[in-house]
Amino acid sequence: MDALQKLMFNFFPLLFLFPLAGLLLNVANGRFWHKPIAGIIASSAAGLSFVVAILQWVALLRQPDGTVIILGTWLQVGTLNVPFAFQVDTLSVTMMLVVTGIGTLIHLYAIGYMYGDPGVTRFFVYLNLFLVAMLLLVSAANYPLLFVGWEGVGLCSYLLIGFWFDRGEGGTGNANAGRKAFVVNRVGDLGLILAMGLLFWQLGTLTFDDVFAQATAVFPVGSPLIVAITLLLLLGAAGKSAQIPLFIWLPDAMAGPTPVSALIHAATMVTAGIYLIARSHVLFALAPVSQTAVSLIGASTALLAATIATAQFDIKRVLAYSTISQLGFMVAAIGMGAYVAGIFHLITHAFFKALLFLAAGSVIHGLEHGGHSDPVTLQDMGQMGGLRQRMPITFAVYLVGALALAGIPPLAGFFSKDEILAAAWQANRAVYIMLTLAAFATAFYMGRQVWLVFMGEARSETAVSAHESPPIMTIPLLILAALAIVGGGLNLPGVHTLGHWLGHTLGHGELLSFNATVALTATLLALLAVGLAYWLYGRHPLGAAATDPLTQRLGPLFVLFNQGWWVNEMVEWGIKRPFCHLSTVLAHSDEAIFAWAERQLVHTVQRGTAVLRRTQTGQLNWNVAGIIVGLLLIWLLLRFS
Amino acid sequence: MEFVTPTINILIVLPVLLVAGGGALLMLLELFMAEERVKQWAPTLAIIVLALAFLQTIGLWGQTHTTFTPEGSSPMVILDNFATFLNVIFLLTGFFTVLISVNYLPRVGLNRSEYYMLMLFSLSGMMLMGMANDLILVFLALEVLSIPLYILAGLSRPRPESEESAMKYFFLGAFSSAIFVFGIALTYGATGSTALPAVLAGVSNGGALALAGVAMMLVGFGFKVAAAPFHMWTPDVYEGAPTVVTAFMSVGAKVGGFAAMLRVFVSAFGSLGQTWVPAVAVIAAITLIIGNVVAIVQPNIKRMLAYSSIAHAGYILMAVAASVNSPDGVSAALFYMFAYLFTNLGAFAIAIAAERKLGEGVMLDDYKGLAKRSPLLALAMAYFMLSLTGIPPTGGFSGKFFVFRATLEAGLVWLAVVGVITSVVSGYYYLRVVYLMYMYDGEGELHTKPALLTAVALTVLATLVLGLLPGAWYEITKQAALQGLQVLAGG
Repeated sequence: MDALQKLMFNFFPLLFLFPLAGLLLNVANGRFWHKPIAGIIASSAAGLSFVVAILQWVALLRQPDGTVIILGTWLQVGTLNVPFAFQVDTLSVTMMLVVTGIGTLIHLYAIGYMYGDPGVTRFFVYLNLFLVAMLLLVSAANYPLLFVGWEGVGLCSYLLIGFWFDRGEGGTGNANAGRKAFVVNRVGDLGLILAMGLLFWQLGTLTFDDVFAQATAVFPVGSPLIVAITLLLLLGAAGKSAQIPLFIWLPDAMAGPTPVSALIHAATMVTAGIYLIARSHVLFALAPVSQTAVSLIGASTALLAATIATAQFDIKRVLAYSTISQLGFMVAAIGMGAYVAGIFHLITHAFFKALLFLAAGSVIHGLEHGGHSDPVTLQDMGQMGGLRQRMPITFAVYLVGALALAGIPPLAGFFSKDEILAAAWQANRAVYIMLTLAAFATAFYMGRQVWLVFMGEARSETAVSAHESPPIMTIPLLILAALAIVGGGLNLPGVHTLGHWLGHTLGHGELLSFNATVALTATLLALLAVGLAYWLYGRHPLGAAATDPLTQRLGPLFVLFNQGWWVNEMVEWGIKRPFCHLSTVLAHSDEAIFAWAERQLVHTVQRGTAVLRRTQTGQLNWNVAGIIVGLLLIWLLLRFS
Repeated sequence: MEFVTPTINILIVLPVLLVAGGGALLMLLELFMAEERVKQWAPTLAIIVLALAFLQTIGLWGQTHTTFTPEGSSPMVILDNFATFLNVIFLLTGFFTVLISVNYLPRVGLNRSEYYMLMLFSLSGMMLMGMANDLILVFLALEVLSIPLYILAGLSRPRPESEESAMKYFFLGAFSSAIFVFGIALTYGATGSTALPAVLAGVSNGGALALAGVAMMLVGFGFKVAAAPFHMWTPDVYEGAPTVVTAFMSVGAKVGGFAAMLRVFVSAFGSLGQTWVPAVAVIAAITLIIGNVVAIVQPNIKRMLAYSSIAHAGYILMAVAASVNSPDGVSAALFYMFAYLFTNLGAFAIAIAAERKLGEGVMLDDYKGLAKRSPLLALAMAYFMLSLTGIPPTGGFSGKFFVFRATLEAGLVWLAVVGVITSVVSGYYYLRVVYLMYMYDGEGELHTKPALLTAVALTVLATLVLGLLPGAWYEITKQAALQGLQVLAGG
C-alpha cells in the first residue's frame, strides 16, 4: 500500500461523517431555518459523501486488493470480538458509489419534490440517516456491523414509508404500510440472526475474512450445517430484497414519498439482500443446494412479479412489482454463481429504476400541482394519458428508462439482463425459461405503462392541467437518463471492465462470453412485447372511463394478476390470522395459569412477610436475644464445617 | 515493660489527621467565634478539609506504606490501594453528606454546631478501619467510628423517636463491641498476637479458641454492617435519626464495617477460609431474605431504606464469602460498595428533599404524584430505585453482576440463587416507589436547593457511568483488592 493510497483511505470515516453531520445539523437547527436549507444541507452531505466514495475508488485503482479499516473496538465479550472494522474492496466501493451517487441525485430531486411540505426537515434527516445506515451495511467488515446497518436501513424504510403517517386508507393506511414492511422484514432478519449464531458457534468469529478463510476448512461441501446457514442467509435476503414469499411489503411501501421509493425501495436498500449473498459467496459455493434454491426463488419471483405488474393501474405499483421482478433477476444470477452479472444488473437497475420512479414522481408532482391532490387518482394510470405534450422532459426520460428496463439494445438494461440470461442458459434451463418469460412480460408492462400515461388523450381534468416539473427535479432525471443509456458500457461483452474489477473481491471466475442466440432471442421477444403493447394500447388509445382491453383478453388470469396471485391474502389467512388466534389463546391461558400462580406467590410472600415482621419487634431484649442466637449459629457453623 | 516509640510516617495518615483535625478545629472555633458564625462556616470548612484529604488520598494511589511500627513487631497502620480506595469512598460519603445537610439542618431546626464535627470524627474512624493492621487498632477505629454516630442518632433531642434510636443504638452497639473485644482477646489467646500478620500465621493452629474468636468478631462486624440476625437496631435507628444522619450511617458505617471485615477475614483469617465461608454464606442468605422480604411491608421510606440497606449488606457478604475461593470476591465487594455509595446517597438526597418537616413527608404515600410536581427529581429517584433493584444500565446492576459472578466462581451456586431470587423480590418495594410517583396524584412541595441538586446530579452521573462503563472501574477495584492482600500475606 503506497502512501497516497493510505492517505485516501484515511478519508474513509468521512463517508459516514458527512451524512451524520448533515442530519445532526438539520436536527439541531431545522426549526430555525427556511425549509429549503434542510434539503441543501442534506444534499451537500450526500454529495460530499459521494466524493469520499470516489476517493476510495481511486485508491483501489492503484491497488485493487482492498483493505480493512479498523476504527476501534465495539463489542468484546468472551471470545467474541467485534471491532468497528470496514471492508474497503472493489465490491463495497462499487456499492458505495451507487448508494452515494444515486443518493445525491435523489436528494437534489427531493428538494423540488418535497418543496412546501411541512415535514421537509424531518424528511431530509431520515434520508441522511438512511445513507449512514446503508453505507454501514455495505462497508462493514463483519456480520454484526453489517447487521447494524441492515436494521438501520430497515428503520429508515419504516420511518419513510410512514412519512405521511396521517394519510392513506382510513387515516392509518400509510402507518400500517410502514408497520407491515417492518414486521415482514423482521421475519427475514431472524434468518440473518440465526445464521450469525450458527457461524459464531461453528467458527468462533464473525469477521468476513476469517469466516470465509475458515469455512472452506470446517464445512465439507454440502454439509447440513452450511446448507442451513446459507438458507437462513437467503431468508434474510428474501426479506430485504422482497423475494418469494416475503415480497408482500414492497408494493405497500409505495405509500412513502416517491424519492423514497426511488432511493430505498428501488435503487439501494432492496439490493442489500443481493449484496449479502454476494458478500457471502464463499459460503454459498459450499452449499450447491442453497445455490439452486437461491436461483429458483429469484427466477420464480421475477416471473410472478412481472405477471402482476402487467395488471396494475397504479403507476407506482407497476414499478414496485417491476422492482421485485428485477430483484428476482439479480437473485437468480447470484444463485447461479454469476455474481458479476448480478451486481452489474444491480447497478444498471439502480440507474433506470431510480429514473423511472423519479419520473413517475415528476408525473405525480405535475398532476398534483395542477390543482388536484387525491393521491389515489394522482397515481391511477386510468386517469392519465396524453402527458407527452404537457411534460416533454419527463416523457423523454421515462421512455429511456422504460426501454432500458425492457432490455432494448443498446441501453443499459439490455447488457446486464443479457448477461444474466446467458448465465442461466448455461447453468439451468428452467431458470432460463422463467427469466425469459419474465423479460417478455417486463417489456410488455412497460409498453403498456408508457402508452397509458403519456400517449393518447388526457382522460381526466387532472391530466389536462398537468405541467412540467421544475429544473431541480428534471436535471437529476436527465443525468439518470444519460446513465441509463450508457450504463451498459460498464461491462461490455468481451471487455468485462466490471468483471475484472469485481474479480479482485469475488474471485476471478470464468468470464461469460457473449451468447448471440440468447441476446437475439431476448431482443426479439422484447420487441414483440412492445409491439403487443402497441397493438393493445397504441392503435386505439384508451378513452376516458374505458376498461383495460387486457381484462377481456386474459379473463380470469387478469384478476389473478391484478390481485397479485392473492399472496397477500394467503399470508393473511395462512399466517397472520392463525398467529393472532394463537396469541389470543396464549393470552387467555397466561391469565388462567401464570397470573394465578403469580397471585398465589404474592399471597405466600405476604403471609411470610407478616410472620417475619412479627419477629422484628424493636424491643431491646429481643434484639440482644437475636445477637446471641446469631452467635450460637455462627459457632455451630464454624464447628461443623 | 519498656515503652518504645514507634516509627511514624505522618504523610500516610495525613488524610485521617486532616479529617480528625478538621473536627477538632470546629470544636475549637466555638471558643473564639460566635456560634452562629461557626454554624455558617462549618459546612464550608468541612468541604475544604474533605477536599484536601481527598487530594492527598488520590496522590497516595498506587503506593504502599506501613507506619507506627513498634520495635520487633508488625506495623499498626498499613496504607495500600485497598485502604486508599476505601478512603475515597469514605471521603465521597462525607462530601455528599455535607451537600445534603447544608440546607436540611436549618430547615428542620437541627442546626447544631456539633453536627459537622461529629461527622468528621466518625469519618476519621471509618478511614482507620481500612488501614488497621492490628486488631487493637481495628477496635479503636470501630469505637471512633461508632461513638459519634450514637450522638448523631440522638441529634434531634428532645424528640422521643430520636432519643429512643440513640439509646437503642448505644446499648446494642456497646453489647456487640463487648463481644467483639472478647473475640479479639480469644484470638490473642489462640495466636499470641493481635498483629494481623502474626494472626495469619497462628490462627490455623489455634483450635477451638481461635474459632470462638472468629465467631465473636463476625458478630461484631455483622452488627456494624447490619447483617441479620444482628440487624434489629437498624430500622428503629434509621427511622428515628435525622435523615441526613441515616444517609451518612447507611453508607459510612456499613462500608467501614466491611473495610475492616475484609482486611481481617480475607487476609488474617484467610487460612481458616474454608471454615468461615459457610458461616458467612449462611449469614448472607439470612440477611438477604430478611432484608428484602420485610422491606416489602414498610410504609415509611426510611424504614424501607433501612431494610434495603440490610439487604445490600447481604449482597456484599456474598462477595466476602466468595472471596476465599474466587479471585474476584474482594474486588466485587469493593465495586459493589462504590456503586452503593452513589445510589443510596442519591436516593436519600431525594428523600431529604421530600421531607417537609422533621419526621413528616417520610411515608411512601407522600411520594404520590412526585413525577408531576418535580419531573426531574422523580426521574432521578426512579433511576436510583432501578439501580438498587439491579436493572441495567446502572451501577447497581454492574455491582450485582460482579458479585454474582464472583459467587458462582467460588462455587456457591445456592447462594447466588438466593441472591437472584431476593433481587427479584426487591423489585416489589423499589418499583412501588416509582409506581407511586408516576401513577398517582399528590401534593406537597419539594425542598430543592443548589447543594442538594448538585448531590443528586453527581450521584446520577456516577451511577450512570458505573452502569455504562463498569469495566474500567472494575479494573481499579481489582488493583485495590490484589495489592491489599499481597502486602499483608507478605507480612
